[in-house]
Amino acid sequence: MKEEFTITAYTENQVGLLTRLSAMFSRRKINIESLNTSPSEATDIFRFTIVIRETEEVVRKLVRQVEKQVEVLKVYFNTDTEIVWQEVALYKVPTDVIAEKVKVERLLREHGARAVVIRKDYTVFEVTGHREETDNLVQVLEPFGLIEFVRSGRIAIIKASNGFHEKLREFEEENPGEETSTNLYLNQKEAVFSM
Amino acid sequence: MTATQTKTAGQTTPTEQISGSEIVIRALLAEGVETVFGYPGGAIMPIYDALFDYQEQLHHVLVRHEQGGIHAAQGFARVSGKTGVVFATSGPGATNLVTGLADAMIDSTPLVCITGQVFAHLLGTDAFQEVDVINITTPVTKWNFQVTDASEIAPALAKAFFIAKSGRPGPVVVDITKNAQIQETDFAGYEPCKFLRSYRPKPIVRTEYIREAADLINAAKRPFVLFGQGVILGNAEREFQDFIEKGGFPAAWTLLGLSALPTEHPLNVGMLGMHGNYGPNVLTNECDVLIAVGMRFDDRVTGRLDRYARQAKVVHLDIDPSEIDKNVKADVPVWGDCKETLPLLTALLEPKTHPEWLQRFREHDLEEATQVIFDELHPAENRELTMGEVLRYLNELTDGEAIVVTDVGQHQMVASRYAKFRQTRSNVTSGGAGTMGFALPAAIGAKFGAPDRTVVAIAGDGGFQMTMQELGVIQQEGTAVKIMILNNRFLGMVRQWQELFLNRRYSFTDIVSPDFVKVAEAYGIRGAQVSERSNLKNAIQTMLETPGPYLLEVLVGKENNVFPMVPQGCGVGEIRLR
Repeated sequence: MKEEFTITAYTENQVGLLTRLSAMFSRRKINIESLNTSPSEATDIFRFTIVIRETEEVVRKLVRQVEKQVEVLKVYFNTDTEIVWQEVALYKVPTDVIAEKVKVERLLREHGARAVVIRKDYTVFEVTGHREETDNLVQVLEPFGLIEFVRSGRIAIIKASNGFHEKLREFEEENPGEETSTNLYLNQKEAVFSM
Repeated sequence: MTATQTKTAGQTTPTEQISGSEIVIRALLAEGVETVFGYPGGAIMPIYDALFDYQEQLHHVLVRHEQGGIHAAQGFARVSGKTGVVFATSGPGATNLVTGLADAMIDSTPLVCITGQVFAHLLGTDAFQEVDVINITTPVTKWNFQVTDASEIAPALAKAFFIAKSGRPGPVVVDITKNAQIQETDFAGYEPCKFLRSYRPKPIVRTEYIREAADLINAAKRPFVLFGQGVILGNAEREFQDFIEKGGFPAAWTLLGLSALPTEHPLNVGMLGMHGNYGPNVLTNECDVLIAVGMRFDDRVTGRLDRYARQAKVVHLDIDPSEIDKNVKADVPVWGDCKETLPLLTALLEPKTHPEWLQRFREHDLEEATQVIFDELHPAENRELTMGEVLRYLNELTDGEAIVVTDVGQHQMVASRYAKFRQTRSNVTSGGAGTMGFALPAAIGAKFGAPDRTVVAIAGDGGFQMTMQELGVIQQEGTAVKIMILNNRFLGMVRQWQELFLNRRYSFTDIVSPDFVKVAEAYGIRGAQVSERSNLKNAIQTMLETPGPYLLEVLVGKENNVFPMVPQGCGVGEIRLR
């Protein structure tokens, strides 16, 4: 059964790596639902957060292939319950509508929207939350002249993770321990999901 | 930084100002490279200019097409165990490498391909002969990198050689912009790369799995070993032989595992897969423990997966953890270099023989011999020549000591089925990619990689015409390659499928060929054509005994088929003998 998986890859910061990784998904005709690259807790190590809908078996095999890439240090994959995740959305609406209609102001408050920019002609609100939350507000604002909407890629924190600092130190050793240099996924489902 | 500044910084290595191109050549020499296959062009001219002064140390083979160059490097790497090196220019020069890269990627062949690129300031401007080589080659390389500054060349090449050869080998591309080739920079000598924090060439061997594997194998009544190219790439032929001999295991090879174990070894039970031997295919579904060593369960080996070895426990030894469970679920994964894992496993084995189980293979062999092999190797006098009898004479005359380089198609399957090998690294073929046109250039490369051995290229009339311009290399270099074209005046394998599965609708498989002997003659290569059985052996003998290169065209039967065959979509147990 297909479900949503969040893939977290710790990588070197290398031009072209994004293509290499995204090609591995497109080759298998897997649509990337969301993609975010950012620095990680470890200096000079990048963190890709990729969301796809697939079966666990497909994800597991794909993740092994991703981890095999020369510039990838470690890859984890998690279901939604195993992570804390957020997306940021921005909404641009005409200022006069909000000013005139009390209802709109109330709706924005109910959805936890925060004004980022207020100008005479338009106001930009921001909502941080899960997909349903940011989607809901779009529907709410549409009748009131929503001018622009944009949402960021997902970022996620793995609940059970102790961070990458320790791992990175192991990677930097020429003779690392078993944990670092063996395949994490073999017969170790627990380890995969708990890190 | 100037040389004096370096000294005051306390370094003892003196630096010198040299061009990026000079660094490329020095790096190759430092990596022990002696032979490069390549083709010059605008964006790689500075490197060729630097090469001009090093012709004594670095032999450059001018190919006739970059695809020929990369296949030659593959042939070189496969027989020598060294890394093949290719030069190509930007744009079409680089795109012509793509087929070879894909081939080397799937067949795990170590290559370093150096491509020229337009000046860095022109990148992205649609400059003359500019192609986005890095993005085009990304899915077909183990690693690739674009260099835009001369100071990056030495470290990039060091990484390239390390990555190409270590772990599961593969091709890498280093794309060097022309300005970086021309630019002068400080060079303090070449430092090989031995470590990258994000790259683990081989996983650490986990002894608990070795023990689990040994327990399973020791308890097996009908153990069956499958071996692939991993045994050859790991230089583990000796370790592998010790392993199967101690356990008394019948062992069958994948197309690329061929020659890792002498074909006449008593435990060698033959070839796996679509056109493999009858016993190994049928008995895959009767063994109780399947031990896969350095192979990846390609679909041409397994046939339908849901009918593949369902009854067996699977022990899978592989250096690449992503191969474990990819196609066939392993009960015990033994990941690691088989050079290390096999001896550990052998040490825990109980010495055994399995005479009754081996007898089952012999019974199947007998059936296959009666129904297929005998007629193929000893056809009736009224039959047209068969590919099998060509191989029979070749075996007799070379005594299994030759390197056989095959193209793709019927002749490839026949050659793989019947060629005898005594030595490892003697079978060179395009396995995973199935690249027609591979044999001639790969054989040329193989001869450079093993100059003291007889190298025989076997090709069909179709595949040969895809890269036959490389005869020009033989002419120029005098490369003593023996070429056999098994000409059936058809694209034989496709025709066979059309015959068997598509109602004999021979859609565009009827191919007309030039007079190959005359083509050879035009390149100054001696040759002959043979169509009579009575002349066949002599013709092959003449080919082998004539000094230098030789082309022998053998007119074989037009509509001969390769059997046995596991039809696509069928299980290995459904293998057909006719």
